[in-house]
Amino acid sequence: MKKTAGLAILGATLIWGFAAGAARATTISFWTWRQEDRAAYTEIFKDFTKLHPDITVKFEAFPDESYPTIVSTALAGGRGGDVIHVHAYGWLEQFIKAGYFLKLDKTTVPSLGNLPSDALLSGSYRADGQVYAMPFASQTLGLLINKDVFAKAGLQPPKTWDELLTVSKALKEKRITPLANGLGTSWFNEMFVAVFTNPFLGPDFVHDLTTGKTTFKDPRYIAALSKLLELRSYMPDGYEGVDDETSGQLFLSGRAAMLADGSFDIADFKTQNPQLNMDFIAPPAPKAGDPGYVTKFYDGGYAVNAASPQKAAALTLVNYMGTPAFGDKLVSLLGDISPIKGVTISDPLLAKVAALNATAMPQIDLVYFRFQSPTGSELLQTNITKMMAGSITPAQLGADVTAGVAKWYTPFQGK
Amino acid sequence: MRSLWIGLLLAPAVIVMTAFVLFPLLSAFRYAFYEFNGLKPSHFVGLANFRQVLLEHPFSDNTYRALWHNIIVFIALMVFENGTAFLIAFALLKALPGHRIHQVIIFLPVVLSAVIVGFLWKLFLHPLFGLVNNALALVHISGRAWLGDESTALGSIIFANIWSWIGFPTLVLLAGMQRVGKELLEAARLDGAGDFSLLTRIIWPLMAPSVTIVCVLTFIGSFNWFELPYIMSGVDGSPGGSTDVLGLYFYRTAFGSETSGIQNFGQGSALAVLMFIAVAGTTAVALRYLRRREIEV
Repeated sequence: MKKTAGLAILGATLIWGFAAGAARATTISFWTWRQEDRAAYTEIFKDFTKLHPDITVKFEAFPDESYPTIVSTALAGGRGGDVIHVHAYGWLEQFIKAGYFLKLDKTTVPSLGNLPSDALLSGSYRADGQVYAMPFASQTLGLLINKDVFAKAGLQPPKTWDELLTVSKALKEKRITPLANGLGTSWFNEMFVAVFTNPFLGPDFVHDLTTGKTTFKDPRYIAALSKLLELRSYMPDGYEGVDDETSGQLFLSGRAAMLADGSFDIADFKTQNPQLNMDFIAPPAPKAGDPGYVTKFYDGGYAVNAASPQKAAALTLVNYMGTPAFGDKLVSLLGDISPIKGVTISDPLLAKVAALNATAMPQIDLVYFRFQSPTGSELLQTNITKMMAGSITPAQLGADVTAGVAKWYTPFQGK
Repeated sequence: MRSLWIGLLLAPAVIVMTAFVLFPLLSAFRYAFYEFNGLKPSHFVGLANFRQVLLEHPFSDNTYRALWHNIIVFIALMVFENGTAFLIAFALLKALPGHRIHQVIIFLPVVLSAVIVGFLWKLFLHPLFGLVNNALALVHISGRAWLGDESTALGSIIFANIWSWIGFPTLVLLAGMQRVGKELLEAARLDGAGDFSLLTRIIWPLMAPSVTIVCVLTFIGSFNWFELPYIMSGVDGSPGGSTDVLGLYFYRTAFGSETSGIQNFGQGSALAVLMFIAVAGTTAVALRYLRRREIEV
């Protein structure tokens, strides 16, 4: 009888223990547009659950093109993921303005202290200066080099603008497309502009632009844009209609020697062609001795849904996303460059990109002029194909972008 | 009891229409009068959103450019798509040998979704690897970046539209032609009417109801044009806005573009309301006019 009673008590204790454990267990959802990163995030979330056994994370991905619509609709209805993968700067700000995301600070998310200030800026709201998203990766724009193509042609990658033109001419004579970039994809065109104009613009121009001392009509900007026209004869045949995917394939297959692109494509290119002997260099400087600035921006971050019923668990996950353990996985599994202090980058090419970030310029339109309509990005993207086709001049482009942005950016008004 | 039954039978349709048509429509009307703070309506601004999209640079430039492109699309489809469809329908009416297989071939692309057609023609028109440029190279004609050139991009998309959709007006017009009584045609033949006279004096006036349907559907389709330009030239109507139409402009204004713009529901709703008024109003007027000239067979 005693034995039976003991077993009953033991059983009841076990059931109570399991039930209590189950009651404590929390499942939160993570929403993203990065379907292709499912495996990596699944591994990352397993690591997280090992550290926090009471929290499991469900990965939910949505189509890239409709992600903003899906997220805004869900949040407007008081739903949506507990932790939401967000784009940075202006994209994020429209959600913050609507009150959809929780403010993050070091009391709730101590790992914010692991991030540099320019990274935190990408997840901040300009009106209150507070952080609302944990930044996840920096992206660097520069020049990808097919080393085998250069070696075969007996040429060296260019360091200055004149060298770029000389090398391009030599490559073209050998029937190799010097530059794989086309103008068939609008967002890729904006990056193309940033890669080649930023070394001519320099940080002083950015300072003058963002403090209202100058506009996009500035002779430095017009001169930098004019340089792009010199590249037209070194781009693929029919470059006006060559999209980003074709550009990538031309580069990957060795039909083109260089590609103005972002570090975000490095991992993908390595997967597509493991034999590719690739380098990433700073774009050509105006002249020898000048710095060849790469362009850097932050791709997005992780925000906590203000309507989440599991805010504590969501904050715990976001805090983990600011730790070196998470950053290491982001680098090793996704080939992204994590801005988290103390992260190790073992891949030599990514390490080189990270080193180039020491002399980086911001992607001007994204970081400073994509907050209201019309954004600098949409104006530039629409006008750059016209400029390259010769239907407008660089000066007209600068004037048009200035006039458009002046609708909401007061320092440009009346200029 | 009868009223109850009618009510019960109508209820599902009324509920669905109210939830998914009427409510969004009324919401769009309401949002068109609000300024948005981020993604939430903040305060009533009267006609400010309408003024911006109609009168303020650069928004108004986009509106009128997109509207002009819609008009071009409408004219091009009326002339080239419906004009050719009319001739094909007449050829099919004559029941020449092999007309059945031709009828199937002409209608076949209609069953393809716009997404498939868009991707297919994007590949055909690719400047480096596309079928069109490679075919031209065979006869020593240099190709071009059809979708990357401002002067050819819109025309290329219209061509893809005609290729995929010509079967529909052909069938509608053929049905209209087949409604014309054989005795009338035979009488005209006995009176010495040739093909041209038969077509212009007998068939054309008597197939007015079919022409009305085709014209109205072409108008609505042209002003709601979205899928093909979205797939073939992107949400910004590239290159340089040369393929921008009202549908694209509305979409990227209201829902933003992940890589360039942000969401502005107020302006987007104003555009949607204007589009609705323009399309519904013009369609109503056109229908009234076209119906008046219809002749019952």
